[in-house]
Amino acid sequence: MLHIKGLEAKIEDKEILRGLSLDVKPGEVHAIMGPNGSGKSTLASVLAGREDYEVTAGEVQFNGKDLLDMAPEIRSREGLFLAFQYPVEIPGVSNMNFLKAAVAEKRKHLGLEPLSAKEFLKLVSEKSKLVELDGQLANRAVNEGFSGGEKKRNEIFQMAMLEPTLGILDETDSGLDIDALRIVANGVNALRSPERSFVLITHYQRLLDYIVPDFVHVLYKGRIVKSGTKELALELEEKGYDWIKEEVDAHA
Amino acid sequence: MSDEILDHITNKEYEFGFVTPIESDKIAAGLNEDVIRLISSKKNEPEWLLNWRLEAYAIWEKMNEPTWAHVQYKKPDFQGISYYAAPKQKPQLNSLDEIDPELRRTMEKLGISMEEQKRLSGVAVDFVMDSVSVATSFKEKLGELGIIFCSISEAIQEHPDLVRKYIGAVVPRTDNFYAALNSAVFTDGSFCYIPKGVRCPMELSTYFRINEGGTGQFERTLVIADEGSYVSYLEGCTAPQRDENQLHAAVVELVALGDAEIKYSTVQNWYPGDKDGKGGVFNFVTKRGLCDGNRSKISWTQVETGSAITWKYPSCILKGDYSVGEFYSVAVTNHMQQADTGTKMIHLGKNTTSTIISKGISAGKSQNSYRGLVQINKSAEHSRNFSQCDSLLMTDRCGAHTFPYIEVKNKSSKVEHEATTSKIGEDQIFYCLQRGLDQEQAISMIVNGYAKEVLNKLPMEFAVEAQKLLAISLEGSVG
Repeated sequence: MLHIKGLEAKIEDKEILRGLSLDVKPGEVHAIMGPNGSGKSTLASVLAGREDYEVTAGEVQFNGKDLLDMAPEIRSREGLFLAFQYPVEIPGVSNMNFLKAAVAEKRKHLGLEPLSAKEFLKLVSEKSKLVELDGQLANRAVNEGFSGGEKKRNEIFQMAMLEPTLGILDETDSGLDIDALRIVANGVNALRSPERSFVLITHYQRLLDYIVPDFVHVLYKGRIVKSGTKELALELEEKGYDWIKEEVDAHA
Repeated sequence: MSDEILDHITNKEYEFGFVTPIESDKIAAGLNEDVIRLISSKKNEPEWLLNWRLEAYAIWEKMNEPTWAHVQYKKPDFQGISYYAAPKQKPQLNSLDEIDPELRRTMEKLGISMEEQKRLSGVAVDFVMDSVSVATSFKEKLGELGIIFCSISEAIQEHPDLVRKYIGAVVPRTDNFYAALNSAVFTDGSFCYIPKGVRCPMELSTYFRINEGGTGQFERTLVIADEGSYVSYLEGCTAPQRDENQLHAAVVELVALGDAEIKYSTVQNWYPGDKDGKGGVFNFVTKRGLCDGNRSKISWTQVETGSAITWKYPSCILKGDYSVGEFYSVAVTNHMQQADTGTKMIHLGKNTTSTIISKGISAGKSQNSYRGLVQINKSAEHSRNFSQCDSLLMTDRCGAHTFPYIEVKNKSSKVEHEATTSKIGEDQIFYCLQRGLDQEQAISMIVNGYAKEVLNKLPMEFAVEAQKLLAISLEGSVG
C-alpha cells in the first residue's frame, strides 16, 4: 500500500533523505528507528507533503497512486494520517468543529454522505474512549492548554475519527510518562486491522513493547541501512547505534 | 504557500459590488449655507434645528481635517459632493409590498429580506437606502412597549423634545471636523428611545447601504436608554462598487441613564476599493456613548472588514458611578486598506470599569492600527481597566501598529494592558491541511478562532454573518 523507492529530499540546501526505499503492505506495522538527525521526521514530513522540503528524486506510491503528486489535504483525504511530534495549538477553534470539518471533507472526497450531527457525536463518544479522552477535551480548543500527554492522545483520537489506511506516528512516545504511553499504545493497537498499516517513528524501543511491530528499520544518513524484526529493536536498545554507524561508514 | 491560490484569492473582487438603478432625487454638488437651508426645508425641520445646523457649519468652516491618524489618502473634495439624495418613491409606506421592487431585490441580494428578517430572527429593520429611511417594521409591536424606533427625520417631527435634548449631547458639534460636518448636513439616520424599565424584546437592526454615486452619506444615530432599560442594537452595512471614493461621516450617540444597558453591534463591510486600492469608502465615523447614570453600561462590538480608510473610535464616557464600558473589536484589512481604529474610555465616576479587546488582522499590503485612550480622572476613584490588543499578520508586506494612551490621575485605580503580535502560523495551516482541510478552510478556521472572543459578543445571527465576512475577506491571503 505504501511503496517508497529511491526517495531523496532536501530542505534549503541540506540533503536529508538520500535514496530511501521502503515497502509497507496492508495491515503491517513498521518501526523506523535511528540516531538523531538521520532523517526520521523528515520522512514523515515529506510523506505528509510539507512544503519546506523539496523532493529531488524517487517515487512514492500510496494505494496505487502517486503520493508526491497530491496536495497535503488530498493525501489526508486519501487515507494518510500523520500524528505530529509537536501538535500545534489552534486557539479558539474547538476540537469538535475542527474534526467535524475534517471528517466532512474526507467523506466528501470519498463520495459519502455527510454524517448527521447525531452520527458524528456517536462516533466521537465511541472513538474518544479508545484513548480515554475526557469528554471535556473534545470541546476545548484544538490542543490549547493540553498537557503533552493530552496532545498525543488527541492525535490518536483524531486518527481514530479519520480512519486512515496509513497512520504515521512521529515520535508519538516522546514526552509521555508510562501511563500515557500505555493509553496511546492501546489506542493504536485497537486501530490495527488487516487494511490499516502503521509507520512508527521512534527513538526508543520502549514504545515497541506496547505496539509490537512486524518490521524494524534503522535509518541512518537518509537511508534505511538495516531491517529486521522486533528483535532488532531490542538489540539496538542494548547496543546503541554505534555498531551500525561503524558498519555503514566502513562501507562508504 | 502556493502563489496560485494567493493570487486567486487576493484578486477576488468584492462580492456585494452591485448598484441598484433607482431614480434619485439629488441636489447639485457643493456645500454652503443655502444647501443646508435646502436640506432642512426638504425635511420640513423646525427652526431650532436649522440654526443648530448652521452653527455647526460655521464651526466646521473653521476646522481642519485631522491628520494624526496612521492613514494616507487623497483628501475628499467637500465641494464636489452632493449633500442630499433621496430615492424617489411614494412618501408614505404602510406595508412591505409598497417598496420599490428594485429595492426589494437589493435587500434580497444582501440576504436581508424583510420577510426573512421578520420570520426568522424577530429583528425589526430600519433599512436606510442612501439618506432616507424607506421601511420600518415591527413598529406596532415596539409601540406597545413605548419603544420608539424610527428614522431620525421622523423623530424630529414626532418627538422633537427628545431629539433636541440629546442631539449633540454626547458628540458636540465642536468635537471634530467630521462630527461638525455631519451636524451641518446629516440627512437621515436612526432614532431609538427605550422607556424606563423596559427591556427591548428584540434586536433592533439598521442596514446601511450607500447607493447613489458621488453622494456623501452623513448618518445620524441617536439611541437613548432610559433608567433601568435594555436594548441591543445592530448595525450592518455593505456598499456597491465604485470608482471614486465615497465619503461616509456618521455620528452615533448613545445615552444610558441609571441602570440602563445599551449593546451596540456593528458589522461593517463597505467597499474597500479594488486590489490596487482604487475606489472604496472613506469611513470617518464618530461613535460615542455616555454612561450618564449610576450602574449604566454601554458595550460596543464591531467587526470591521470593509472601507478603504477607516477612522473610527467607538468610545464610552463613564460618568455614572459603577458604570461599565466595553469595546470588542475585530478589524480586518487586506490589499491596500488602511484602518486606524480603537476606543476611548473616559472614567469620571467612582468604581467605573472598562474592558477593551481588540483583534487586528492585517493581510495584503494593508496597514492596521489600534489607537486607544484609557483616561482615569481624579474623580474616578477605584476604577479599573483591562485592555488586550492583539495583532495577527497574514503576510510580510502588511503592517500592524498599536498606539495605546493611558492616563491615570488617581492612586486607587488599576489599569492593565496586554498586547501581542503574531504571524499566522505555517505550522497551524499545515496541521489543518494534514487533517484534510484545504488552505482556505484552514485560514478561515484559524482566523475565526483568533477573533472568537469578539465574535462571541455578537448576537447569534450577526455572528454567523461576521464569520462569513472574515472568511471572504481573508481566505488564502497568507504569504
